[in-house]
Amino acid sequence: MSMQIEDPRVVEFDVQTDEMLVNMGPQHPSTHGVLRLLLRTDGEIVHECTPHIGYLHRCAEKIGENLAAPQWIPYTDRMDYLAAMNMNLGFALAVEKLVDMEVPEKALHLRVLIAELGRIASHLVGMGAYGLDLGTFSPFLYAFREREIILDLFEEACGARLTCSYLTPGGATHDLPEEIEIPDGLAAIAGFVPGERYPFVEVIEMFLQWLEKRIREYHILLTRNAIFIKRTAGIGVLDPETAVSYGCTGPVLRGSGVDYDLRRDGESIYTGMYADYDFDVISAPFKDAPPEVRLGDNWCRFYVRMLEVVQAIGLVRQAIPKYLAAEGSHRAPFRLNTKLPKDEVYLETECPRGQMGFYIIGDGNAEPLRVRAKSSCFCNLSVTDILCEGVPLADVPSVVGSLDIVMGEIDR
Amino acid sequence: MNINEIHTLLLENFGETVVGPAPQKATDPWIEVAADSIREVATFVRDHEQLRLDHLNDLCGVDYLELDPKKAKKFEHEPHLEVVYQLSSTSLKHRLKLKVILPRWENDTAGSLPTCPSVSSVWGIANWHERECYDLMGIQFEGHPNHRRILCPEDWQGHALRKDYEFPLEYHGVRGR
Repeated sequence: MSMQIEDPRVVEFDVQTDEMLVNMGPQHPSTHGVLRLLLRTDGEIVHECTPHIGYLHRCAEKIGENLAAPQWIPYTDRMDYLAAMNMNLGFALAVEKLVDMEVPEKALHLRVLIAELGRIASHLVGMGAYGLDLGTFSPFLYAFREREIILDLFEEACGARLTCSYLTPGGATHDLPEEIEIPDGLAAIAGFVPGERYPFVEVIEMFLQWLEKRIREYHILLTRNAIFIKRTAGIGVLDPETAVSYGCTGPVLRGSGVDYDLRRDGESIYTGMYADYDFDVISAPFKDAPPEVRLGDNWCRFYVRMLEVVQAIGLVRQAIPKYLAAEGSHRAPFRLNTKLPKDEVYLETECPRGQMGFYIIGDGNAEPLRVRAKSSCFCNLSVTDILCEGVPLADVPSVVGSLDIVMGEIDR
Repeated sequence: MNINEIHTLLLENFGETVVGPAPQKATDPWIEVAADSIREVATFVRDHEQLRLDHLNDLCGVDYLELDPKKAKKFEHEPHLEVVYQLSSTSLKHRLKLKVILPRWENDTAGSLPTCPSVSSVWGIANWHERECYDLMGIQFEGHPNHRRILCPEDWQGHALRKDYEFPLEYHGVRGR
């Protein structure tokens, strides 16, 4: 450094941008867990974004080889801990497909009811946390307030709030309670008397009616907010071919305009559950999108989730009378020492974050020879490198947040 | 197309040296493919008009080995590794499962990993799935653009999902057991 700068103003005209490696994470609030992004930047522009994963790896698949199938259910909770019910359901269905067992009708409708409530809870977190990534705090608080009530309902149903282990092979661990004390959170915000008792399904309906009115507010706060649109529309555009090639599923795939939802297009053991239900598959492009929006950008992915919340409300409403009308038990017995046949199955279900797959190989023992959890977020995250190429550094959280990842599921 | 039609179609195009015998009766039947030709078969099933298997749902390895002498008597498989490809078509909505059979060790030499051609040029996501398969199952993928571990640290020893894997007693001063 022999060059001497006499006039300090010269520096300003002589700013040289140089390539720089920036570590984002693993302890960064907007990486949604312990994700480390290695960014190669030139000034403000990101040229390369390499995700480094594995910080939460505990080899759940190896653990599963030493446990009977129902014993592995709690491990599926801890993968996608924001949608534990949907993960339970995916694995339970895979086990049922392997041993070829029938589930009572009551359990089927109970499962749809619970799984769709889980989807609402998961998408609420996705929505709130995405707002937080983009610098707005209030939607996060609203989303968590609403989600809290769903967790209260889960607690009444199975005793656990986050890691539920509720839907097991054969049905569910318990039937839904008949009558519960109205959750304090719901009583406080919707104007009911705390401590009063109502039938469980009525409390769900009371909650849905209240939630429905709030959706409009979220649209005002986020979806139609001018700043939000500027931060999301036209950024992180994922074209349909890349989305399919990179195995993207769920809202990421549908946000890119691919009309594919396993609840309609999946295997019969899963679509059979939804056979009597009336719903549409939500996929981009949207007619009511702002003009800046492009197919497959951050805004589209976000909007798919918002619309799926409304759709899930409708599905829960349809499930309630069906559940009440169904007679018999909420489960078929599945014993811990049930021998798994010498066969193998692979089953994917539509979890809130995408298609979660379970691959089970039985060898005649109660413990499977191999269990494999194919993570939807793992595949969704693999496009970050493509999406972040050439975007400003400040948009990286916007892109990663729109993929709505959960690291517990990626690392397993 | 159902699995038997797909099998016939593959036999016509690749012959018996590449495509295995007719699918067995199973809940999810599969077609065996010779390891050397998996990339050509993958490209074919992705591009063929009646197949269009554009979506690689899953790629994983399976280790067939039973160490427990009590269970080994009932264990029907010879020790080997499998790479399983779960495919589906987003437009035609059908599914296919392909399998590649590999030896547990190359040339029966313990420690030398078997090799399978990479399909990451066919489906983008195979890049990460193959890295995971290498990391946990110890299968090398020839022609992979970034052949590194993905979940475990790069200096990790061994491949955890192998049945004969032994958990390390110590890692950088952290006690293992």
